[in-house]
Amino acid sequence: MAIMNVNPTRMELTNLKRKLVTARRGHKLLKDKRDELMRIFLDKVRENKALRKEVEEGIRQANIAMSVARCVMSDKALDVALMLPTQEMQLDVTEKNVMSVMIPEFDVKFRTANATDIYSYGFSETSGDLDIAVKALSDIMPKMIRLAEIEKSCQLMADEIEKTRRRVNALEHVMIPRYEETIKYITMKLDENERSTTTRLMKVKDMMLAQAHNYN
Amino acid sequence: MYKIAAMGDKDSIYGFASLGVSIFPANDAVQGSRILRQLADADYGVIYITEQLAALMKDEIARYASLPLPAIIPIPGVRGNTGLGLDSVSKFVEKAVGSDILS
Repeated sequence: MAIMNVNPTRMELTNLKRKLVTARRGHKLLKDKRDELMRIFLDKVRENKALRKEVEEGIRQANIAMSVARCVMSDKALDVALMLPTQEMQLDVTEKNVMSVMIPEFDVKFRTANATDIYSYGFSETSGDLDIAVKALSDIMPKMIRLAEIEKSCQLMADEIEKTRRRVNALEHVMIPRYEETIKYITMKLDENERSTTTRLMKVKDMMLAQAHNYN
Repeated sequence: MYKIAAMGDKDSIYGFASLGVSIFPANDAVQGSRILRQLADADYGVIYITEQLAALMKDEIARYASLPLPAIIPIPGVRGNTGLGLDSVSKFVEKAVGSDILS
C-alpha cells in the first residue's frame, strides 16, 4: 500500500494518529449500520417475494374473470359499469426512519364508510363475471398496498446498503491501511533521525576528547 | 393525502377503477412516460404499472428509484406474467448482498 505524500514530522504524525482513530471509529459504526440494515433488509425482502407471488396470483385470477366479463359484455356496457366508481381510496403516508433510511408506510382510507361498497353498477345489466373480477381485485388490494410499501422500502434500503458497504470497504481496505503505513513510515524516519543524531554526537565527543588529550 | 394510480393497457387496469384507484391507460413508452411524470408531480403515492408497459420505460421508472415517493410497482397484466416484478426483487437482493442469495 502506497504511503501518503507527507513530510515525516512529529506534527504530521500526531495529525495522522488522530485521523486513524476517527477512521477506525467511523469504520466500526458503518459496519454496525451495514449489518443492521442487512438484517432488516433480508427480513423484508423475503416477505416481499412471498407477497409478490400472492399478489400476482390474485391479479391473475381477477384477470381471468375480467376477460370472461369482457367477452360476454359489450365494451360500452363495461365502460358504463366501471366509469363512475363509488369508492375512492386515499393514501396516508408516514415516513419511518430505519438506520437513516426514510422508508414510507402506507395507510389506506376509503371515502365511503363501507369498504366493501365496491360495485359501481347495477346488477341487472352486467355479467356475474365482472362481480367476480372486481371482488377478486378488492380482496387482493390490501396486499397490493402492503407490497407497494415493502417493495419501495426494499428498493431504498438496497441503495443504502450498497453505499454503506462501499464506505466500509473503502475505510477497511484503503484508508486505514494507508494511515497505518504512513504512521509507521514517519515513526521509522523519526527514529532513524534520532539514532543518527546520537551517533553524530558520540563521534563529535570522541573527536573533542582526542583533541583535548592530544591523542595522536 | 395521497392517491393511488394504475397505468398500462386498458384491459389490465380497468378493474381497479371500481376500487377507487385512478386509472391511466397507456400503451407505448412515450405516452406512458408523459403520464408517469404528471402522476409523480401530482400527489400520487403509489403507481401500479403493468409489466408490459414497465418493460418499455425502464429508464423513466429508474428516475424515481431513489425517491421515497412515489412507489412504482410492476403488476402482471392480462397478457400474463413476464416475471419482471420478481426479477426486480432479485435485483434488490443482488444490489444489497452482492449475489441473489434467496433464489
